[in-house]
Amino acid sequence: MSGEMLHTVLTALVPLPVLLPLVGAGIALVVRTRTRLQRAVSVTTMSLVLVIAITLLWGADTQGRLLVTVGGWLPPQGITLVVDRLAALMVLVAVTVTFAVLLYAIGQGRGAMDRESGGNAPVPIFHPTLLVLLSGVSTTFISGDLFHLYVGFEMLLAASFVLLTLGATIDRVRAGISYVFVSLASSSVFLMALAMIYAATGTVNMAQLSVRLAELEPATALVLQVLLLTGFAVKAAVFPMSGWLPDAYPTAPAPVTAVFAGLLTKVGVYAILRTQTLLFPASPLPDLLLWASLLTMLVGILGAVAQDDIKRLLSFTLVSHIGYMLFGVALASPAGLSASIYYVAHHITIQTTLFLVAGLIERRGGSTSMSRLGGMAAMSPGLAVLFLVPALNLGGIPPFSGFLGKVGLLQAGAEQPTPLVVALLVGSVLTSLLTLYAISRVWSRVFWRPPSVAPMTEDNRLERRYERRFALAPGVVAPTAALVLVGVALTVAAGPLLAVTDRAAAELLRPDGYVALVFGGGEVP
Amino acid sequence: MSPDLLLCLLAGLLVGCGVHLLLARSVVRALLGFLLLGNGINLLFVVAAGPRGRPPIVGLGEESQPMADPLPQAMSLTAIVITLAMTGFVLALAHRSWQLSRSDVVEDDPEDARIGLRAIENDMSESDFHGGVDADPRHVDPDEAPPGTVPEEDDGSDPDPDAAPVGSAPGEGAEPGVPGSDDAEAGLDADRPDHVDPDPSTPEPPARRPGQEGAL
Repeated sequence: MSGEMLHTVLTALVPLPVLLPLVGAGIALVVRTRTRLQRAVSVTTMSLVLVIAITLLWGADTQGRLLVTVGGWLPPQGITLVVDRLAALMVLVAVTVTFAVLLYAIGQGRGAMDRESGGNAPVPIFHPTLLVLLSGVSTTFISGDLFHLYVGFEMLLAASFVLLTLGATIDRVRAGISYVFVSLASSSVFLMALAMIYAATGTVNMAQLSVRLAELEPATALVLQVLLLTGFAVKAAVFPMSGWLPDAYPTAPAPVTAVFAGLLTKVGVYAILRTQTLLFPASPLPDLLLWASLLTMLVGILGAVAQDDIKRLLSFTLVSHIGYMLFGVALASPAGLSASIYYVAHHITIQTTLFLVAGLIERRGGSTSMSRLGGMAAMSPGLAVLFLVPALNLGGIPPFSGFLGKVGLLQAGAEQPTPLVVALLVGSVLTSLLTLYAISRVWSRVFWRPPSVAPMTEDNRLERRYERRFALAPGVVAPTAALVLVGVALTVAAGPLLAVTDRAAAELLRPDGYVALVFGGGEVP
Repeated sequence: MSPDLLLCLLAGLLVGCGVHLLLARSVVRALLGFLLLGNGINLLFVVAAGPRGRPPIVGLGEESQPMADPLPQAMSLTAIVITLAMTGFVLALAHRSWQLSRSDVVEDDPEDARIGLRAIENDMSESDFHGGVDADPRHVDPDEAPPGTVPEEDDGSDPDPDAAPVGSAPGEGAEPGVPGSDDAEAGLDADRPDHVDPDPSTPEPPARRPGQEGAL
């Protein structure tokens, strides 16, 4: 195949991670009453998108950035889609975890999904909604237009609202309401930033913004930057805008929590990463971001230590580890960005895996409360292994990917030893140790201690009634195990992967290449 | 560009009211706040569009006059549509909340409140520095056989993953008196002190049909 033809083919693939899930969602909605057909449609769509995402990553890595002008409308008026290494890698990781979650949900069967509402939940909408969610996530990753990014956010938010309140039980409605309003408020801040950016620069095309924002007065640009950062930081659950997350996530069904924990906050991190490097390369606000990163790490992990419920504990570790990714972004050096990107890929995979394992623990042990569980290692040794591997990975035990990502960040930080960065280095090591402590608490209580059970009291009598135990079917174990293996593969393939993230970071630090691509190397209007 | 002062002030007023209402605990008030906020931001887009001009259609009006900028209008239209969809969802959620608890007030997370209360009371009973349940393995619930006695048929011996029936899994034998889902739902409702009455329009949980089990 000639180089030009290859480029044409790759370019044609760019919109497909958005389009295919949408088409698949439509078909899955039409065939919602025919379970097997719906499953076939969803699985086929996911498989196709997975193959496309792998191809795109390969293409972006070997051929350079890929550009599509949607509908033939030229930039800056038309919407541009740009796939670079970062976008392609993010799409690939997103599809991988969503696929695993879809398989897990299929293996789990419908009964488990809506048992709280007595079988009334409109669960056939799960597959279409998950596909729409993936489509929205892909949109935000490959979009080269800030308003289009907003639309992508709204797509994934609308899908996440439906998923979070699936079955509409009283707990989920309560959690859903606060989640919905926090999300809507953050979107409003983003939209406000968009209106002001348009007023100040007359464009929302990211390539053009990259040029025009640099020409603005620094004070004006700072207002726009802070507005954008605020909107994205709520979505990414950066302290002090992180309080909503541990309340919202744990009530949803296990697969939903897993995909949320993996993807949604990282979409916010991605948006911060993209706007900081492309739109505001000259003023990265390092001190503000470093403080936010430090506080996110520490406050998050201290919250995790206090928890009794495994899902809530994992939600707090999720918040805490957002701090690591922000650390790399704040450093704004090639090493920092590269480690940050690697950490995002690692964290999406591991956090999703851990929530799926928490779902397995809930199925097997009847609860996710650490004070009620016990003896799981003897009861189900396979499950113990499935938990231990990603847990050690999250805790940053060598040789796992969590360790590699953290070492990368520490090395990048050590290159710029200002007092604040040194404080962050200490803070991130401390956070890592506390993560290990929180995780080992789960391990020793749930898996290691003898199967002691708290007495049935009047207080917990009602809760205890809900505890039901299931055998673990291969349909739920296999996707979880596959995801554990993906997490291990991040370690095994760390060399090539870190080479890709190094190149992605270098690419991010050269926004002029992005601008030249969008405008064909010509004059920027 | 000279922005329209009146529009700016109006947008500020709407956003201010919106933020105030958004902070309310009542879902409906917060929704009204979101709507005001959204409208304020849409006005901001109109401000961003710059001065008025002729319709942005080629061949219409005086060619010498400048056209109005159509892009912000397209954007605010998109934002309006999105706001409409979100409003629909929030209204449905508020209705459901009212159906379930006869109130549209956002309540505290019970687990959050429980942990907060333990911190206030300095309750260390579940911590690692207290003997607690870790120390006494004989602390076994008489009503329940220890989980270790569940027949070992996990990890793949179940022939049909979808057929693991709710409420009748083999491990279920550990709890003899597991109520049906009707009882469970009633129990949940009875747990709420301010509960008035389960909504009569909430359909009864139907008996599980075998075909429904694996339909996710």
